[in-house]
Formats: sequence, C-alpha cells, structure tokens
Amino acid sequence: MSVIVSVQDVRKIYAGGFEALKGIHLEIQEGEIIALLGPNGAGKTTLISTICGISSVTSGKITVDGMDIGTDYRKVREMIGLVPQEISLEPFETVINSVRFSRGLFGKKKNEAYLDEVLKTLSLFDKKNSKVMTLSGGMKRRVLIAKALAHEPRVLFLDEPTAGVDVELRRDMWNTVTKLKREGVTIILTTHYIEEAEAIADRIAVINSGEILLVEDKDALMARMGKKKIRIELVTPAEAVPSQLADYSLVLSADGSALTYTYDTNSERTGITGLLNDLQAAGLQMRDVQTQQSSLEDIFVGLVQEGAK
Amino acid sequence: MNFQAVSAIYKFEMARFFRTLKQSFLSPVLSTSLYFVVFGTAIGSRMEAVGGVEYGAFIVPGLIMLSVMTQSIANASFGIYFPKFIGTIYELLSAPVNFLEIVVGYVGAAATKSLFIGLVILGTAHLFVDLNIDHPIAMMCFLVLTCLSFSLLGFIIGIWAGNFEQLNLVPMLVVTPLVFLGGSFYSISMLPPIWQTVTMFNPVVYLISGFRWAFFGQADVSIGVSLGAISLFTLACMAFIWWIFKTGWRIRS
Ligand SMILES: Nc1ncnc2c1ncn2[C@@H]1O[C@H](COP(=O)(O)OP(=O)(O)OP(=O)(O)O)[C@@H](O)[C@H]1O
Ligand SMILES: [Mg+2]
Repeated sequence: MSVIVSVQDVRKIYAGGFEALKGIHLEIQEGEIIALLGPNGAGKTTLISTICGISSVTSGKITVDGMDIGTDYRKVREMIGLVPQEISLEPFETVINSVRFSRGLFGKKKNEAYLDEVLKTLSLFDKKNSKVMTLSGGMKRRVLIAKALAHEPRVLFLDEPTAGVDVELRRDMWNTVTKLKREGVTIILTTHYIEEAEAIADRIAVINSGEILLVEDKDALMARMGKKKIRIELVTPAEAVPSQLADYSLVLSADGSALTYTYDTNSERTGITGLLNDLQAAGLQMRDVQTQQSSLEDIFVGLVQEGAK
Repeated sequence: MNFQAVSAIYKFEMARFFRTLKQSFLSPVLSTSLYFVVFGTAIGSRMEAVGGVEYGAFIVPGLIMLSVMTQSIANASFGIYFPKFIGTIYELLSAPVNFLEIVVGYVGAAATKSLFIGLVILGTAHLFVDLNIDHPIAMMCFLVLTCLSFSLLGFIIGIWAGNFEQLNLVPMLVVTPLVFLGGSFYSISMLPPIWQTVTMFNPVVYLISGFRWAFFGQADVSIGVSLGAISLFTLACMAFIWWIFKTGWRIRS
C-alpha cells in the first residue's frame, strides 16, 4: 500500500487568531477507510477543509498522490470528492442538474449513464428530476454524496455523512462506502457514531483540540486497548466483597447480586482461573458468568479524557 | 483552461435565468414603457430636440444603459453572493478551477442576461419612437462591453457583501446616482460649465456618450476616450478579482 494523502506538520490559525490545527501529521493509505474521531470543535472539519482547498493552511505541507495541493491544485482536486458537514445545495435546481454541474465543474465530460448509476446506488434515481428543496434531509445528504461522486474521485472525504440519517439508511450508506472501497476509492470519514467507525473503518485517528492523539489499525486498537469484563452472578447476594478477594478489584453491583471483574486481554495471565477458585473458597456460589468486550466508544472516551488532563 | 467547468457554471447560472424568464422579460419591458410614457411622450413633447435628435429618441441609449448597468450588477452580484450565502461555494473552492474560469462562467452568464434585457429594451423602444442606428456594430460592442464590465463590478460586490443589505447598498448608493448623473436623460452640454467639469470624473458619462454616438453619430466626449475609459474600467475590475482569488479575500477562511 502507498500513501495517497500526506499531511505534514500542518497548522491552521483562523483569522481571529484561534489555532484549530496544531501541527498535524497524518498519512492516509491508498484504498483504506480511515475514520476521524473527535469531540465537537476538535478540528476534523478544519483538517478536511485544508486538504480540499476550502481553508488555507498557515504552515506545513499537504500532498495528494505525491503532488502538492497548492502548486498542483488542478490534478489534486480532480482526484478528490468532498461531502461537507453542512447540507449546502442549490434549492431551486433539480437533483440531476446539480449532479451534472458537479461533474462539469471538475472537468469531466458528460456521462449520463454513470450519473444514473450513482443516483441508483444512493436510491435517488426516482428523485432525479425533483427540485432539491422538495427532498427530505436524508435525501439531501445523499444528493451531496452523489455530487461528490459525480467526477469519479479516487479520494473521498465524508464529513459526518450519516448525521441525521435513520438507521436503515445508515446501513445503506455503509454498504455504499464499502462498495466504493472495493472499487479502490480511499475514504476519509468523520463521525460521532463510534459504531460507524467500528463497522466500516480500517484505521482510526483520534483528534482533539487540533492534535492527533492516535492513529491506529482498528483491530489492533481494539485488541490493545480492549478490556474485557466478566460479570459473575451470585446465587445469594453478598453484602460486601469478601476480604480474601481484595486483590481482584471486584466491583459489587448495587443489589449485591453480581460481581464484575475487569482484565486486560493482552496481559499474560488474566487471573480468571485464580479468581474462580478463590470465589469458591470464599463460599460464593455462581449462578452465571458472562464476558463483555469494551467498545471503541469506551476507548475513545478514555483517550479524550486522558488528553484533557 | 477547464472548459467543462466554465460551461457547467455558465449553464447552471443561465438555468436560474430561464426559471424566471417571464419576470426577467416583463419587468424591463414594463419599466421602459413607463419611462417612454413619462419622459418620451408627456415631457418629451415639450422638449426641444437635442442636437437634432428628437428627445424621445435621444433618451433611448441612456435608458438602455441604465437598465443594462443595474441589471449586470444585480445579476452578477447575486450570482456569486448566493452560493456564499447558502454554502455551495465550498464546491467552487474545492474544484480544479482557477479564478479566470470562475469569473468567465459567472460573469459571462450575468452579462448574457443583461445583454438580453438590453436588447429587449431596444425592441420596446422601437415601438415608441423612430430609431435608426448609425453604427450598429459599434453599438453592439459598447453594449457587450458595458454588460461585461458592470458584471465584473457586480461580481466584486457579491464577493464583498456580507449580507443582503450590503448587496443592495453599493448599487443604490453609488451606481444609481452615477448612472442618473451620467447623461442618461440629457446632454452634458446642457449643464453649467462647472458641472460639466465635475461630470468628467463620472466614468458612466463615457459609456453613455459612446453608446449614444453609436446611435446618432454625436457624443459628449470623443469615441476613442469612451473606448479607453471602458477598457480601463474592465481591466481594473479584472485585476481586483485576480487579487481576490489570490488572497482568498472574503471567500476562503
Ligand atoms: N472560520 C472559522 N473561524 C474561526 N474559527 C473557526 C472557524 N471554523 C472553525 N473554527 C474553530 O475551529 C475549531 C475546530 O472546528 P471544526 O469545525 O474543525 O471542528 P470539528 O472537529 O469539525 O467539530 P464538529 O464535530 O462539531 O463538526 C473550533 O473551535 C471552531 O470554533
Ligand atoms: Mg465538523
């Protein structure tokens, strides 16, 4: 795999003096789906805007496919499609004309068959000749995606593509994204739905207050940071954790009917066998044992809180 | 040059015009007719001919210029302000286009619309007065140049404007007075000498004078000076727009 987008030491200070990006380094691999996670105001949109040419960079260098975004702006931009966070569409124009406009603007020759195909994939084909203002919010968001795909980009930026989209449509959109990935499109998406990143991303980047906290392979991240929990339900509720079990840092549920044990999946010894033996020795009878894996959301919240300290 | 982009912008903007074709057509016809009823017939019948040209005919070039200039500014400023206002400008900023392509697309469309309106007014005027145009080619050249240069000015205003009030401010406060005082309804020679001098600082005077020359073969200033003035004005606007896109003034955060 080769690097398609390279962001080196990029700083962005807005006109008012606010530093929205504080020396960002990020390398995006060709063909991957990378999810940018971060709280509101972290700088996700700013980062995307600087790569796409909507915002100027204060310092640093950005290249796409080896070409500088400033000096080679034509070639670079032809490769990039952008779905903005805000729904911004010409309300009085029809869906198809808006999409045709985008294709032309990016210098591509007419290709109605391709545009029809895009509209079909996004379930917009029956709205082809409707005015944009007559569409629902979720449909408008899909029109934005259709516009971004109109010129057959190799790199696609999706800034919160599923905000305000219902569950079913969100799944459709995930399918569209994975289909694009199969076609070789590199996808950078921001989202507040962690299950979205978990479901479709190959890599996760966490950004907070203009700094990248971490970039890592999703599975590796989950494995590395993943903590597992065991919930042990007791036949007879206990009043307190028996003192001989103190080493395990068990948490007793409010009604005393269950104990929770947290352990790291990466450590050599999980301590589960010992725990189960000691439980019996302490005279506690188990009704049921369940394991739970922590989600990306827990990891994310943990990281951002750590960064804030 | 990304011709696909220029034509995409041009078509998209012209579509806006065609969606409101009836209004685009009706309002200039109506307002010109009103001008002719008031100035041409009611007042004009009591006025003496200006330099051998009947007053009703004399005001035709000025009337066309008045509409063409205000329409050019209105069309072009709205054309670029609206994407800024609704946020669709993101697409222009992220597209593989340079400033020239954006300007040719937007300004070209705005100028086409006002040219169309100018010709409609000329046609309407024909219904009211006898007109023969001495230099039809020069007339068209002046008309097209005026449409272009004022659309460029409108484009600048549209980029500068931060809200709809500002969008209307410059045309109302600056352009309308300049056009009214630019000899639309009178010959400069009818003014007292001191005002004749002041008037020479009004760029619109040169346009209307040149345009009138194309109709009647007579002008307040020489035709060469008129052409020079309008070319200079066009170049100044182009230079300013080039600077806007170079610095991202008011469009790129
Ligand atoms: N044009 C601007 N001028 C000044 N400050 C800005 C501008 N745009 C964004 N900011 C500031 O930069 C910071 C990052 O904003 P950005 O939109 O990139 O955040 P984000 O990560 O996309 O947040 P969200 O999840 O809410 O979309 C914020 O503090 C914001 O207030
Ligand atoms: Mg954002």
